[in-house]
Amino acid sequence: MALLQISEPGQTTAPHQRNYAAGIDLGTTNSLVAINRSGQVETLPDNDNNHLLPSVVHYAENDIIVGHAAQNLQAADPLNTLSSVKRIMGRGIEDVKSLGNVLPYEFDGNNDSAVPRIMTRQKSVSAIEVSAEILSVLSNRAEQTMGEALSGVVITVPAYFDDAQRQATRDAAKLADLNVYRLLNEPTAAAVAYGLDQQAEGMIAVYDLGGGTFDISILNLTRGVFEVLATGGNSSLGGDDMDHAIAEWLIEQAEIKAIDAKVIRNLLIASRKAKEDLTQQESTLIDLPQLGFSLTLDRTQFNHLVEDLVNKTLMSCRRALRDAKIEKEEINNVVMVGGSTRVPLVVDQVGKFFNCTPLTDLDPDRVVAIGAALQADVLAGNKPDQELLLLDVLPLSLCIETMGGLSEKIISRNTPIPVARAQEFTTFKDGQTAMAIHVVQGERELVSDCRSLAHFELRGIPPMTAGAARIKVTYQVDADGLMSVMAEELSSGVKADIVIKPSYGLTDGEIETMLRDSMSHAKEDIDARMRAEQQVEAQRVIEAIDSALTKDGHDLLNDNEFKAITVARNELEKVLQSATTEELKVAIKSIEVISEEYVAKRMNASVQKVLSGKNINEVEV
Amino acid sequence: MAINLTEKAAERVKGFLHSRGKGLGLRIGIKTTGCSGMAYVLEFVDDVNDDDEVFESQGVKVIIDPKSMVYLDGTKVDFAKEGLNEGFQFINPNAKDECGCGESFTV
Repeated sequence: MALLQISEPGQTTAPHQRNYAAGIDLGTTNSLVAINRSGQVETLPDNDNNHLLPSVVHYAENDIIVGHAAQNLQAADPLNTLSSVKRIMGRGIEDVKSLGNVLPYEFDGNNDSAVPRIMTRQKSVSAIEVSAEILSVLSNRAEQTMGEALSGVVITVPAYFDDAQRQATRDAAKLADLNVYRLLNEPTAAAVAYGLDQQAEGMIAVYDLGGGTFDISILNLTRGVFEVLATGGNSSLGGDDMDHAIAEWLIEQAEIKAIDAKVIRNLLIASRKAKEDLTQQESTLIDLPQLGFSLTLDRTQFNHLVEDLVNKTLMSCRRALRDAKIEKEEINNVVMVGGSTRVPLVVDQVGKFFNCTPLTDLDPDRVVAIGAALQADVLAGNKPDQELLLLDVLPLSLCIETMGGLSEKIISRNTPIPVARAQEFTTFKDGQTAMAIHVVQGERELVSDCRSLAHFELRGIPPMTAGAARIKVTYQVDADGLMSVMAEELSSGVKADIVIKPSYGLTDGEIETMLRDSMSHAKEDIDARMRAEQQVEAQRVIEAIDSALTKDGHDLLNDNEFKAITVARNELEKVLQSATTEELKVAIKSIEVISEEYVAKRMNASVQKVLSGKNINEVEV
Repeated sequence: MAINLTEKAAERVKGFLHSRGKGLGLRIGIKTTGCSGMAYVLEFVDDVNDDDEVFESQGVKVIIDPKSMVYLDGTKVDFAKEGLNEGFQFINPNAKDECGCGESFTV
């Protein structure tokens, strides 16, 4: 029995066609998945009610363990337990070397691969593969929770990420068999989660101090559209560094001499716990009997240890403001993101710096995932149109060629993408078994004035009378501008499809010319369209008359009547190509008048045929 | 003529309506689609149509169009949990047959 969720008014979808779309925050330290259920966007917990999935992957003998279980194995088996791999996503081997000893792993030196590979007991793995394991666990969690497959996901990335890093993230998703609607900048996701996109306008600073990265982003919101004015930060600065600062302090205080990977792990785990305790308490006890010490750390001492780090973030804030060419006073909202913003010193200092109270109502660990889920829901098409945001638009309309060389718009210009639109068409001739589909792009009424994108054919339509087949043509454009067209005959289910890249190949100049043409030719275009429409109509009339006359013309009509209709038909055919719109209209009208009686006779005859030999009860109405 | 929410379902609906911040109640209905004939509709309501029937169950305003009422009379709507998955469930005495997934039915 399927368990149902409540939809927005009028948004109920057919069974098995629900678009469940999740937002995934693929973090350095922790990852999360959030989804919209019955209008409520929440992060999803696992079976043990943990929302956060530690971004840790353990490679066991024959198994891959992700999350808390892997984290628990970190101290015992540090070399086969990989964490914080986001730091090396999309990085080259040289970059990784420059990170120094931050990551206590053995890199595979005997590999030609451009991507650094970490040696584990199973195999050498890249950061992409490790991330894919994390993504798989999260998407499985979402699918189990919803009881249905995900139609797609939005994955967040630091605003800082360059193309290589973004591509690596996409690759990880591909490896995890996920459909990525798009990658969303983390600060934008956070602002969306706080509903700041509902405001008319404002300047927003998003301060994101996560486990391994610090981001400051200055966003300018105007009429529901976010413009990223500036981003800054440090892709190797975060809560991990606070842990390191505490660990170093511990090494110094306890005078620890023998330091190996295992000792470092133990120290870091204890340091992280101490840091977390100090968000609520004034002091905490760090007790590590296996290393032979027990020390008390109070908040003052802790603040002293991390002061430099916080100051570094504020320097980045100042730089970002300068890049955005705005003053501190112009910032209306400061959004706090990332678990490390729970540290009281951070909130204090950021509040003082921007001179306003930072937004901290939402769980700083979950806020990005929630924003991503909101955006995913919009991208999956589950929201009414007016709630669309942050989307690209289609530069030119996408059309289909119809009879008479006319272009019919399926998706009009300036429609936000991704988008899918379907329209039904039918056959023109009796017994027509194939249909040629011509995809064109442009604003003009005639296909010859638009740009041809693709031709393909739908074959295997069952023979039917003209107009009886129902052919649904669906145009779809994804967030990357990739277009796919599908044609399906609904009664038989025959399908054909094609994938095209629409706007590629058209320069901005060409697009502009095409747009200008459509305006300056508007009048003649409409005239041409009307004439072409009448030509199609005339052709349809001729087809219909031919088919009727062959069937029962001689039975129902006397010679004179037959001749009159044939003459009118031939006359229409003769003027078809040369006549004006008006002349065509007149000719069609005159045939209709002449054949009026014939049509009535045919109808009577077919009614009689159905009724003959049956009593009234047998007739189905 | 009646459709009832269980107490658990009603609590959930109230919660969802509250967090949505607007909405008059819950629309229950059917639409003809799906693998075995008809499928259930479960939506928030912002506008009540003239011919809708409106009544209360467990403190929740339930809105239903008269055509759907024929197929849903006597239905109970429950909120159930199966592992991580949770959601609303229709217990419909009119349904003769359901597709495997239970999302659509015939009468």
